[in-house]
Amino acid sequence: MTTPAPLLSLRGLSKSFGRVAAVRDLTLDVAGNEFFALLGASGSGKTTLLRMLAGFETPDTGQILLDGQDIARVAPNRRPVNLMFQSYALFPHMSVRANIAYGLEMERRPRAEIADRVAGMLSVIELDGLADRRPDQLSGGQRQRVALARALIKRPRLLLLDEPLGALDKKLRAAMQLELKRLQHEVGITFIVVTHDQDEALVMADRIAIMKDGRLLQCGTPHEVYEHPVDRFAADFIGVMNFIDAGGGRTLAIRPERIRLFPDTADTTTDGRVIARAYHGLDLQLHVQTALSPRPLLVRLTSDAADRRPVAEGDAVTLGWNHADTRTFTEENAR
Amino acid sequence: MRQAKSLALMAPALAWLFALMVVPCALILALAFFRRGIYGGVEYTFTLENLALVFDPLYAGIFLHSARIAGLAALIAVILGYSAAYAIASMPRRYQPALLFIAVLPFWSNYLIRTYAWIVLLNREGLITQGLRVLGYEGEAPSLLYTEGAVITGLVYNYLPFVILATYAPLARLNPEIAEASRDLGASGWTTFRRVTLPLTLPGVVAGGVFVFVLSIGNFVTPALLGGGQFQMIGNVVYAQFLTANDWPFGAALSMVLIALMTGLLMLQTLASDRATGGATGGPQDG
Amino acid sequence: MDRRANAPLMLAILAAVLAFLYVPISVLVALSFNESGLPTVWRGVSLRWYAALWHNSDILSAAANTLKVALVSTAIATALGTLLALGVEQRRRRGRALEALIFAPMIIPDIVLAIALLSFFSLAGITMGLHTIIMAHVVFNLAFVCSVVRARLKSFDWSIVEASQDLGASGLTTLRRVVLPVLMPAVIAGALLAFTLSVDEFIIAFFTAGAGRASTTLPMQIFAMIRFGVTPEINALAALVMGVSLIALTLAQRLNRGGMVAP
Repeated sequence: MTTPAPLLSLRGLSKSFGRVAAVRDLTLDVAGNEFFALLGASGSGKTTLLRMLAGFETPDTGQILLDGQDIARVAPNRRPVNLMFQSYALFPHMSVRANIAYGLEMERRPRAEIADRVAGMLSVIELDGLADRRPDQLSGGQRQRVALARALIKRPRLLLLDEPLGALDKKLRAAMQLELKRLQHEVGITFIVVTHDQDEALVMADRIAIMKDGRLLQCGTPHEVYEHPVDRFAADFIGVMNFIDAGGGRTLAIRPERIRLFPDTADTTTDGRVIARAYHGLDLQLHVQTALSPRPLLVRLTSDAADRRPVAEGDAVTLGWNHADTRTFTEENAR
Repeated sequence: MRQAKSLALMAPALAWLFALMVVPCALILALAFFRRGIYGGVEYTFTLENLALVFDPLYAGIFLHSARIAGLAALIAVILGYSAAYAIASMPRRYQPALLFIAVLPFWSNYLIRTYAWIVLLNREGLITQGLRVLGYEGEAPSLLYTEGAVITGLVYNYLPFVILATYAPLARLNPEIAEASRDLGASGWTTFRRVTLPLTLPGVVAGGVFVFVLSIGNFVTPALLGGGQFQMIGNVVYAQFLTANDWPFGAALSMVLIALMTGLLMLQTLASDRATGGATGGPQDG
Repeated sequence: MDRRANAPLMLAILAAVLAFLYVPISVLVALSFNESGLPTVWRGVSLRWYAALWHNSDILSAAANTLKVALVSTAIATALGTLLALGVEQRRRRGRALEALIFAPMIIPDIVLAIALLSFFSLAGITMGLHTIIMAHVVFNLAFVCSVVRARLKSFDWSIVEASQDLGASGLTTLRRVVLPVLMPAVIAGALLAFTLSVDEFIIAFFTAGAGRASTTLPMQIFAMIRFGVTPEINALAALVMGVSLIALTLAQRLNRGGMVAP
């Protein structure tokens, strides 16, 4: 193996609280400059993992190697790792400028350098005019940028972001996803984002790790985890999936957008009836009751395709798909 | 209609408060400007002598002395109380209400009895002296009671739970992620306390300190019992003017200055806590 | 805060402060059961000092006076304070002066109210006795009752009042059948609080009791006894008074979950 040494390397990391195992025997590498997403439901252990990386929890066993050095027992204020908190945790009694300068003051940087770097950072986050405001005088999006700036200005080896967009409304969120990605390219710092939002992970991350019950379920590029989920849970967690009982303890899984309506050629076809129809602007979603499964299949058509062959509720339709677009799960990896 | 009903409901209580609080307090203010009668009592001629007498070196000295004792008591109570509140706030959340309750419970026993408990401990044949004997101390029993130290101990003891309450509230409201953020940005535990936790909880600390000071400076029970009349505090002087010396106008003038001092401090404290970042304890910030 | 790292230190601080708070009163309670009556000689557990209280007529009459003062002032304060709370919470706008007037009795130093009332009663020619103590106690008691009831009213759903009137009840019937039952736990908690405060109150009673022993209350009796030093009877009396306060407080706390921990 000649791949370069990873920036961050987790080796057999475990952490329990009382009898509850939050993280179990987790091993994972993150490369330099990567935008990495930790995806999982609440209670999956992703936040505990993040807090161990930041230094607020100490692992029971295992190593956290950063540039080859084990930092698992290093105090949070002595790690080249910074965290953007879910609540932002801005210091309410300090101005925006003082918030951003705080980390550099802790490094005992010269005043002139601090002033310079803070000014630079303020213009990066486009808040030059608001430097003397207090956090409670800012909007949600502005606070989020201050929190980011405060962590970034220390030029950490690793920036951790705990649900960074969780407190923002939907529109702002979409804009900030791209903004975060752009910023990460610009500063060249490795980002690890914790999120429970699979869309966010798919859009932003170079690689995604799905966590479940404290373990790493799957790790790969967005394309890999979307197209080749390792098991039924992963398949269900990322995106929407139709499951069809294929007999013999096997389950067939197919994405709604891979099912075609009235196909010319298809490996498998089945007849059904449209029981519900929902228009979403970009696409049209149909619930089609078939003989294959007790639950209706979800079919997603582009508006284009839907216009070409309009269907209404109650219409009889033929569905079809190719084997290459399906995944088969057996009992062992069914849950 | 609604206003009228509300007034009717409030009227009896407000009348009571007016007759038995507002009028008597106004009376005290007025009394301060009258002359003392020859056989005690009040002679209704206007004078500023009483107020002038308050600033006579003798009484000004007692004021300063009282302020020093009250200030020391407030300082010690704030240090102990804030430490205890900080410790309670750092315990697992589910134990905090019970711990707070336990810490505040003594506040509910009788003030005289709490003070008396220190007489039992401190008197010449008390437990502390006896403890020293057991440890081999042979000499003259130290006089612990009837000292300034005893008075300050008594005041701290009586008002400590109040400081714990006043400082626990802002500590408990503090978003723990804010202190974590400070650590994450490179601050040590001490720096985090000095630059983040303390400034954000300062209004509670000031409120606790001001209250202990205000309650202590006008106190006459603790100096009477633990100071044993060895030295006078302003509360004792006021007490004496009304109950033994029978110089009400002067007592009223003393109280007026005392009230002015207390009100001033309380107003300053309110002002300070209003200014200290409007409600900024860093809870979830939603915009 | 950095919770885990400092846990031993925090426990030590807490233990030290709690020891400071509890050792003196615990010693007192322990001594009250000491057969010997001397603080330094333990001769076994005994109730003789409690029995001695029972034969001390000064203490008994003081206790009776305290009970009268506390019961009557609590009754008046509970009625006035509850009505006040209802009236205040109904207002859409509450001026600062009104709030200040209602809060003042809770924050005015006792000594100030005490001398003010003393001057007032004597200049108005009112002979002082138990009745003047009662009048004085109502002043601060009604403020405490009012604040407890107001806390409950903050979460009160006023639409049930409208519902009651919609169903044909008059204002008074609504108060009796709907509002008061809902408020009852807070009213009782407020009354217990007032009772406890009144039983313990010393300074105002001391100034407004007038001359003579007839209107001596228990705290006044305790003050007089303490000034002459330590006796085993005071220990027993002190333990007893603390026990009664504790019971009343626990009851109030149970009735009024959350809310009040301090006077």
